[in-house]
Amino acid sequence: MTPPTAITTAALDVAALVRAVDVTGTGAVSTFIGLVRDNNLGRRVLHLEYEAYEPLARRGLDLILEEAREHWPAVRMLIHHRIGRMDIGEASVVIVAASPHRADAFAASRYAIERIKQIVPIWKHEYFDGGDVWVEGATADPDNAEAREKAMRIACA
Amino acid sequence: MRVTVRLFARLRDIAGAGELTRDAPSGANVGAVWASLVADYPELSAYEKSISCAVNADYSRFTAAVRDGDEVAFLPPVSGG
Repeated sequence: MTPPTAITTAALDVAALVRAVDVTGTGAVSTFIGLVRDNNLGRRVLHLEYEAYEPLARRGLDLILEEAREHWPAVRMLIHHRIGRMDIGEASVVIVAASPHRADAFAASRYAIERIKQIVPIWKHEYFDGGDVWVEGATADPDNAEAREKAMRIACA
Repeated sequence: MRVTVRLFARLRDIAGAGELTRDAPSGANVGAVWASLVADYPELSAYEKSISCAVNADYSRFTAAVRDGDEVAFLPPVSGG
């Protein structure tokens, strides 16, 4: 059985992940797929290598599902994040949100990706034309209420 | 007492290892473990204000006490997604 959250080195099979969410009684499924982009901050990106603190990253994804469930109790969700080497165009993260109505499916999946970028201990090592760099985004703090509210504002905009 | 330190991404590159065993005085907190790392790897000090920490794979605080055998992780700003 496909778990609702996973950190995996395997390629993400989007269709299989969508099928893994129980859609009984729902009327909408929103699927977000994060892809490895061929450019970043003006650099030509060649490939990425993702690293995770796996046990905490998995907990982080579980926490995001709990937070989403609190706000959107009827939404059923799945988040799988891939780590390791990925080439341009490959899927790094898949979020599936199934809901009775579309608004909540869109909002919950947007909330989840914003929270991933805030609190899940995963890092991108970017190999670009001319060098490599660790990408550094947010200081992770799941207790930071302001960050959580910001994610919620973006999700519900 | 001894703790296992886990370092990730750029912090791992600076220290040259993702896992280190460190001695710490009894009653030491996470901040003291970090300070001892910075003493050995001064480049880490640039991360003083931006890192998060975890004890035994649970987010923690620099003021939290550590115990013998704990796994203490230091996390630079995250960039998943």
